Amino acid sequence: MSATAQLAERPSKQPQKSRRRTSFNEGTGRLAAILLSPTLIVLALVVVYPIISALRESLYTSGQQIDDEGFVVEGSQFVGLDNYTAIFSGETGERFWNAFYNTTFFTVTMVVLETILGVAMALVMHKAFKGRAIVRASILVPWAIPTVVSALLWKWIFQADGAANALLGTQILWSTEGWQSVLSVIIADTWKTAPFIGLLTLAGLQTIPDEVYEAAKVDGANAWQQFLRITLPLVKPALLVAVLFRILDTLRIFDLPFVLVGANKDSVETLSMLAYDEASNTRYGPAAAYATILFLYVALVAYVFVKLLGADILGDAVKRKPNGKRRGKSKDAAPPGANTVAMAGSTHGGGSVS
Amino acid sequence: MRFERSHTRRAAFVAVASSLALLATACGGDDGSGGGDGGSSNGGALEGRGPITFATGKDTSGNLTNQVAAWNAQHPDEKVEIKELPESADGQRQQMIQNAQAKSDAFSVLNLDVVWTAEFAANRWVTQLPEDQFPDLGKLLPSTVDTAKYRDKLYAVPVTSDGGLLYYRKDLLDKAGVQPPKTWEEMVAACAKVKALPEAKSINCYAGQFEKYEGLTVNFSEAINGAGGVVVGDDGKPNVDTPEALAGLTALTEGFKTGFMPKAAITYKEEEGRRAFQEGNLLFHRNWPYVYALAGKTDGSSKIAGKFAVAPLPGLKGAGVSTLGGHNYAISEFTKNKATAADFIKFMSSEERQKANIEKTSQAPTWASLYEDPALNKQFPYLAPLKASIETAKSRPKVVKYGDVTTAIQEAAYGALTGATPPKDALSQLQTKLSSLITQ
Repeated sequence: MSATAQLAERPSKQPQKSRRRTSFNEGTGRLAAILLSPTLIVLALVVVYPIISALRESLYTSGQQIDDEGFVVEGSQFVGLDNYTAIFSGETGERFWNAFYNTTFFTVTMVVLETILGVAMALVMHKAFKGRAIVRASILVPWAIPTVVSALLWKWIFQADGAANALLGTQILWSTEGWQSVLSVIIADTWKTAPFIGLLTLAGLQTIPDEVYEAAKVDGANAWQQFLRITLPLVKPALLVAVLFRILDTLRIFDLPFVLVGANKDSVETLSMLAYDEASNTRYGPAAAYATILFLYVALVAYVFVKLLGADILGDAVKRKPNGKRRGKSKDAAPPGANTVAMAGSTHGGGSVS
Repeated sequence: MRFERSHTRRAAFVAVASSLALLATACGGDDGSGGGDGGSSNGGALEGRGPITFATGKDTSGNLTNQVAAWNAQHPDEKVEIKELPESADGQRQQMIQNAQAKSDAFSVLNLDVVWTAEFAANRWVTQLPEDQFPDLGKLLPSTVDTAKYRDKLYAVPVTSDGGLLYYRKDLLDKAGVQPPKTWEEMVAACAKVKALPEAKSINCYAGQFEKYEGLTVNFSEAINGAGGVVVGDDGKPNVDTPEALAGLTALTEGFKTGFMPKAAITYKEEEGRRAFQEGNLLFHRNWPYVYALAGKTDGSSKIAGKFAVAPLPGLKGAGVSTLGGHNYAISEFTKNKATAADFIKFMSSEERQKANIEKTSQAPTWASLYEDPALNKQFPYLAPLKASIETAKSRPKVVKYGDVTTAIQEAAYGALTGATPPKDALSQLQTKLSSLITQ
């Protein structure tokens, strides 16, 4: 949508209210519409249509009845909100809340750990020392490996006769139900994605001018004070974007626990895994309902996060809005370039939220 | 500036709205197709000749192209094109289902895992086959033909089979002076004797596949069937809450408790168990025939080459019952050239082709006669116990919702084996669960 705004700003015609009525016939508006419609149609096809179709699917059920001859009754039936109510009741309800708890628990613990580690990595990478390039490159390697591959890698480490047990000198069965499988997922995910936070934080760090630190040194601030009073506030916009993307990513975590620990393991089952399980048993209606609930949950968490912490996710566009005034305060500290970091982050965030 | 923006927005809105309207009509398109005709699946005529496709999992043996090339050489006008699907069974099933739900004719002949037959037949995704057009069926092992039927009607032709075997360390058993065990009790006793040998003190007794996946369903069913119980009876009703089933499951749970099976076995799939056996850490191991070639390799990858042999699976008190594996070929309901497809299936399931296939790939054939072939027996010394295993083997429940059924079985078995649920409770919960899944 920012494209719309930009286009609109360019030709400044006489701003008259009466013109709006005839504006569609007027050259600029029409041209803009014509030029934009291919983009909008593509967006509608790849974003709006899947969402609407999933919402529609979640209101239907099919293939769940068998007739006397043993054939599945064909055709789908409109069931209203039955798929949703079924999720919250009885045995499926237990499974849902367990998955909901797992998803939330993973998100909180992993993002906290990854943020701490990522910031530490960024500070190390930012320091000028010999061999810095190698350190930077090696820190980024885990992030470059596809999740499924790193899940297989860790599965190999965590198997009964694997490296983890050999190192620890114990025989922990990591992939069985219990705390150990949860821990293995947390370790593998933190290993993989802390570098992502590190990368974005590093980009933020590099925009902080050295003079600020020099001034602080003159004023007699120690390293810890410099970190708390200068580094953290100045790097905050970039860091918040990174954390937001990690939260959204972790809320829909699927491949790591699925490959590392396995399907149908209560300890690590997440909402995405539930949706997959339903879909692979050809119950597309309930699967769509699970996915919709996850979608709403992700949207809610993102909204709350942005509202509470004021992550500058849309760049200046948000600031310009009149209601953005209150949050403007936190952004005063934003160094130039923080928004480019935000945009870089969005390309790194991977697939869409759903 | 503000006005400019708003009227551009309005124009943009019109553009979005019109594209949405376009979409809405696209959405509406797939609604009406529900009622479905699907009437042609009465085992009627298989008509139409011409090129067809063969959808199958990734060909790990490398021999499939040879087989299909042999057909193509004889039938230049009815060429078969191989459509290779993902290597994992789940991935194959998903693609076949998606193809069927789109009523696409992209796949003509489907290579189905034996447990999918019921689901594909009940959904009318595969054509019912007239039995009289497949005269060789009587020469195939009856248990394999049974897997190709749903409600006593034929929907596929078995082309490969698979049965569980008991691998054992012949060298250690010979040294301890014990015969290969025929029952679970004999196996426990044999292990105790072998462990008395100084060189076998630290060896583990037995392992199968107990990770929470399809292999657990296989091993659980074997334990139940081998103890005289059933998971789903011949009447199609679950009957798992019985003393026999309890005895079978208890043998497994006791195995874990007493250390007869290593604790790590709860994480074993086929490959983990095979590795443990090849490393010389297991005295007895339940696995499929493919292990024979790998464990016998003399390139250093196996520490037990030449030191092991195979026997049919032991049961609790008598002979064991294997769970049946293998693949069936079926014709997609939505393909055009069904006559060619039927001929291709006849060709691939013929004795000649199956012999050519086992020679190259060691995949178990479905022809009874091939198990008696002297040359093959020399090449594959496990054929005799394998035949015994397949002949008495039981198929897994033939149900439309197999995915839910196997999940329920895994849930119950895993709970019992990890000690989270007492075996008795696990079985009665499973009975309840299966009853609700299967009566529908």
